[in-house]
Amino acid sequence: MKTTKRHQRRLLLNRIFEWIFFSTIAVAILVLGALLFDIFSRGISGLDWSFITSMPSSRPAKAGIFPALLGTLWVILLTALIALPVGIGTAIYLEEYANKKSWFFKALNLNIANLAGVPAIVYGILGLTVFVQLLKIGPTILAGALTLSLLILPVIIVASIEAIRAVPNSIREGSLALGVTRWQTITGAILPMALPGILTGSILALSRAMGEAAPLIMVGAVGFVTFLPDSILDRYTVLPMLIYNWTSRPQDEFAQLAASGIIVMLIILMLTNLTAIILRNRSQQRID
Amino acid sequence: MKLVKTGLIGLVALLALVACGPSKPALEGSIAIDGSSTVYPITELVAEDFNAEYPDVQITVGFSGTGGGFTKFAAGEIEISDASRPIKQAEKDALVAAGIDYIELKVAFDGLSVVVSKDNTWVDYLTFDELKMIYGADATALTWADVRAGWPAEPLVIYSPGHDSGTFDYFTEAVNGKAGVIRSDSDNVQISFSEDDNVLVTGVAGDAGAIGYFGFAYYEENADKLKVVPIKKGDASAVAPTYDTINNSTYPLSRPLFIYVAKDALEREEVVEFVKFYLENAAELAQEVGYIALPDAEYEAGLAKLDE
Repeated sequence: MKTTKRHQRRLLLNRIFEWIFFSTIAVAILVLGALLFDIFSRGISGLDWSFITSMPSSRPAKAGIFPALLGTLWVILLTALIALPVGIGTAIYLEEYANKKSWFFKALNLNIANLAGVPAIVYGILGLTVFVQLLKIGPTILAGALTLSLLILPVIIVASIEAIRAVPNSIREGSLALGVTRWQTITGAILPMALPGILTGSILALSRAMGEAAPLIMVGAVGFVTFLPDSILDRYTVLPMLIYNWTSRPQDEFAQLAASGIIVMLIILMLTNLTAIILRNRSQQRID
Repeated sequence: MKLVKTGLIGLVALLALVACGPSKPALEGSIAIDGSSTVYPITELVAEDFNAEYPDVQITVGFSGTGGGFTKFAAGEIEISDASRPIKQAEKDALVAAGIDYIELKVAFDGLSVVVSKDNTWVDYLTFDELKMIYGADATALTWADVRAGWPAEPLVIYSPGHDSGTFDYFTEAVNGKAGVIRSDSDNVQISFSEDDNVLVTGVAGDAGAIGYFGFAYYEENADKLKVVPIKKGDASAVAPTYDTINNSTYPLSRPLFIYVAKDALEREEVVEFVKFYLENAAELAQEVGYIALPDAEYEAGLAKLDE
């Protein structure tokens, strides 16, 4: 008798938790759905080819996003080029080479974890002081990309460390036992297995960087440019800057432009995430 | 019909001729502008129209805020700094230290509009003393009845732009005599700050007891949702913000907007031409983005400064 009662209670509890978890995801999806609906219903009508290929303008009917679209692509590509090698390299050092018992290693690990929680605007101030003014890079694409790299490095490092740590030790030992060097073990055995995890973390980090406006305002991204970037030392703007500016305008036409801009932003994010997923699946298949 | 067509073609040809008429000297170079996000829409529009005439001048306009603009101005990163308030002493000192000489030009007015909800049926006007009872550093009013006897005991719901904005500085100075101070007894009364004026619009519109303030353009665009409050200064009669009352400064909360130009940059022809273009067109373009023109004499004074 007693056991069945306990059994029923546990089953009931099980049901309750299932419902709680289902309703949390339902709330998330509902909110997301409402947001998407709002944005698409306001922005889709303004979204046409000339919106993509026109220059920014104060006259909503003529306004476009072309320099910002290119600016976003330049900044993100450069950010990836800087942040990925440094981030993954750091993770490899910390997991494969560093002496994990040393105070240096512990201090480093603690700092990286803390850095992941620093607000974006602080990185903007840091970027302004160090890159723009001290190193005299100026308010350029390079300064923006370096700042965003700092912003996302902790995330890339932490994700890469977790991915490398998840590779079973037997693989490492097996490889070393065959007389292979440490470097060959890393490139031939560990990295390929850790790659899906590293890619996931990196893409999440880069997607975040793509949506940032706050640190870039600090390091000199502008709102209005009528020329296209052709070097990493050019001045630039990015999509979130335009969207931020448009949402703060009093006229409703600008709110619609912002919605159209957000749709473009979403499409780019989806495309990059899709590429990452394809890359990840490929590398996973190779291991299997 | 055909006659009309020929006439039209002739007219277009004539217009085209007039448009090409006196050919402008080709200017090139680059001008970097940054600063107040309030001034940004005017500067952006000026830059856009200037570019239509001189496409080879590369202009960039940022909106990192009045303070941020002056920091960049002192670092020599920009030629022109947009400002929604006059330069502060500390900022002047930084410019002197950096060896940067500048001129100050007024470009337009913004009329800070005090607004309440459409559901607020009692407010006919507010005096500065009454504003102080609501927004002052020592304000104690909790309901509208505390502000003026005879008004209903509807709780006050106070909205204000955030501490970083020039609007906040200007308004708190006008009300308190000291910039940057506002009542802080948020335990007793609901005070909300937002850097986004559209949030303030929505907040004030939705609550009969609410009061807020922001630039005239935000009121004008939302006039169907908000009620603007005429302001009474001293013994003068209460004045509501309109194009005319802000333009002739009879509305007591009109504030001028500025651009600061580095004198070194004025050695360059493209910068001189741009600033001239700015002053000559500001009256019309400011209005297009919801600001108010200065009296003509102000623009002429600015152009005269430029000639020195």
